[in-house]
Amino acid sequence: MTTVAASKRGFDIPALLAWFIVAMVMVGLFMPIFSPDIGVMDVPRLSICLVILAIAGVRYELGFMRNWIGDLILGLVTAIAAWLLISTVSDHAGEAALGFWALMAATWAASWLFVERLAIWKSSSPLAARLINLAIPTLFGFTLLVLWQLIVVGAGVPKVLLPAPSEIWIRLTTSVPILWADFQQTFLKAVLAGYFIGCGSAFVVAILVDRVPFLRRGLLPIGNLVSALPIIGVAPIMVMWFGFDWPSKAAVVIIMTFFPMLVNTVSGLAASDAMQRDLMRTYASSYWQTLFKLRLPMAMPFIFNALKINSTLALIGAIVAEFFGTPIVGMGFRISTEVGRLNVDMVWAEIAVAALAGSLFYGVVAMLERAVTFWHPSMRT
Amino acid sequence: MTALASAKDTEMVEKTNSASPNRVIDIENLSLTFETNDGPVHALSDIDLKIDEGDFVSFIGPSGCGKTTLLRVIADLEKPTAGSITVNGVSPEEARLNRAYGYVFQSSALYPWRTIAKNVALPLEIMGLSGEEQQERISRNMDLVNLSGFEKKYPWQLSGGMQQRASIARALAVEPDLLLMDEPFGALDEIVRDHLNEQLLQLWAKTNKTVVFVTHSIPEAVFLSTKIVVLCPRPGRIYDVIDSNLPRDRSLDVRETPEFLKIAHRVRDGLRAGHSYED
Ligand SMILES: Nc1ncnc2c1ncn2[C@@H]1O[C@H](COP(=O)(O)OP(=O)(O)O)[C@@H](O)[C@H]1O
Ligand SMILES: [Mg+2]
Repeated sequence: MTTVAASKRGFDIPALLAWFIVAMVMVGLFMPIFSPDIGVMDVPRLSICLVILAIAGVRYELGFMRNWIGDLILGLVTAIAAWLLISTVSDHAGEAALGFWALMAATWAASWLFVERLAIWKSSSPLAARLINLAIPTLFGFTLLVLWQLIVVGAGVPKVLLPAPSEIWIRLTTSVPILWADFQQTFLKAVLAGYFIGCGSAFVVAILVDRVPFLRRGLLPIGNLVSALPIIGVAPIMVMWFGFDWPSKAAVVIIMTFFPMLVNTVSGLAASDAMQRDLMRTYASSYWQTLFKLRLPMAMPFIFNALKINSTLALIGAIVAEFFGTPIVGMGFRISTEVGRLNVDMVWAEIAVAALAGSLFYGVVAMLERAVTFWHPSMRT
Repeated sequence: MTALASAKDTEMVEKTNSASPNRVIDIENLSLTFETNDGPVHALSDIDLKIDEGDFVSFIGPSGCGKTTLLRVIADLEKPTAGSITVNGVSPEEARLNRAYGYVFQSSALYPWRTIAKNVALPLEIMGLSGEEQQERISRNMDLVNLSGFEKKYPWQLSGGMQQRASIARALAVEPDLLLMDEPFGALDEIVRDHLNEQLLQLWAKTNKTVVFVTHSIPEAVFLSTKIVVLCPRPGRIYDVIDSNLPRDRSLDVRETPEFLKIAHRVRDGLRAGHSYED
């Protein structure tokens, strides 16, 4: 089984990784990990842990514990090693030497190896497959964070350039009230209001355009023009029209989301084919019956496409719009002022909140899409 | 059911007691020309055709001879450019708005977001029938096309033949007196086709429906029809109308009888002559 997989890929990645870990641990054990001249032996816990890691890594090649218990031990030891590295380097910021980078490489390779091993267990049961499908991207994210932390602290990267994840985390957890107020102002008010009004009105206008053909010729080009307006130019004008508070940001979001929704809904309403419409004609179906029973369901994949695009556009629009005048709260406001004060960890904390909120928003829309357009060939499993 | 149908007949007789009392379709001098970018296409030219209540009429002819177009004119899906046509004594549009017919398309045209039962329910919802009445008609007609047990499946989970049967159940659920069918069994295999042919015939004999049926299979046309209309192309026109003298009540065995073969022969001759005319 493994030989087949190996020959297909050309070479055996798990074996390569295992021997790479062994080599890196060797380098780490015999070279200084911190300058001036601190070896890994000065941190006994770390050296023991890394030796176990190397053994757990090559056990397939050496021929023992070739089972899931061994794999779990590998994962566990990798996590402990990463943790020990992080806590050790925090006392030696900016002093990392060759040995340290070798150990970091070993940890990184070990987490890759663990994921490779996990992928093999996928076939054992559907539940395991689902858990592992969730675990792989999570592990990937954690590995990135660990590497980020080790590199930034080990190499002593200035905080203004790039703060370590731990600093961002501390800032996140100690500034919850500020972050929550900003989130409320920008996301819960400007983004959501703008999104719902923008998408909702575009939907209604799309139906109007459909019902009154002459509007199509008049409105679509104007909509096109509006969507081409640069947000940088529109935002200050919206602030002048609607004031400093969130309604001006919501207005920017409305302008940004309106056109994608309009265009997608209009083309979605035209997506039903001639035979499906003829069928409704033979039933003497009214305009509204045909709309609700045929054309809107048919338009749903198009509409959800717009809703997904708009979920990211809305967040960008609201944050950027706050750069042009706002009361002293809001994610965009915080980012622009804290950058000025060189409080970069706060900027990153806002970015983290925005990324999380944006992904959740997108995820909710995508889940709704799955539920509504389950019948579409691209959704069938 | 039959009592209801006959009650409707007498009503219609009173309404249109002109020349022929139970004329369902009356077509005179009808022509239809499509204006296309490559110039006009004479899809139908000078069609004269009368169809009476209870007739089973087949249109047969090579592809492109206007069978579908003629059926669509009857269904008010296409407007003729010349001539006149009445359906149930009124214009096709009025007949369509009265839901006078059920139409089975060449492909099933089921909606993929609806289960099979919900697809059959579609016309019933549009007609505004009560939930019970819908339920009753769904189960009766799904039974009729042998689809019981597949109510909760989605169209894309069924084979092409089953999809087409579902679309027939959907047309029957309207319970129209006039059935318009455009090559409904064209995509099905022989066995299923024979079975559905027999069932269609039984249904027709039982309910005194009028059926207009498009096919390009000679045995199918002869087996099913009381009247066979042979069309030929360029321009699409009627070449021959053959009245069948086979008994109304027939089984598949009738296909071995000399009468059957005689009619089939005449149809084949008609098709051949129509073709050679073209060359
Ligand atoms: N909507 C249309 N526009 C232009 N030409 C058409 C259209 N529908 C059918 N035709 C033409 O009319 C002729 C008859 O078509 P059709 O009735 O579909 O034939 P059949 O069903 O017998 O195969 C063909 O030449 C076809 O190309
Ligand atoms: Mg056809």
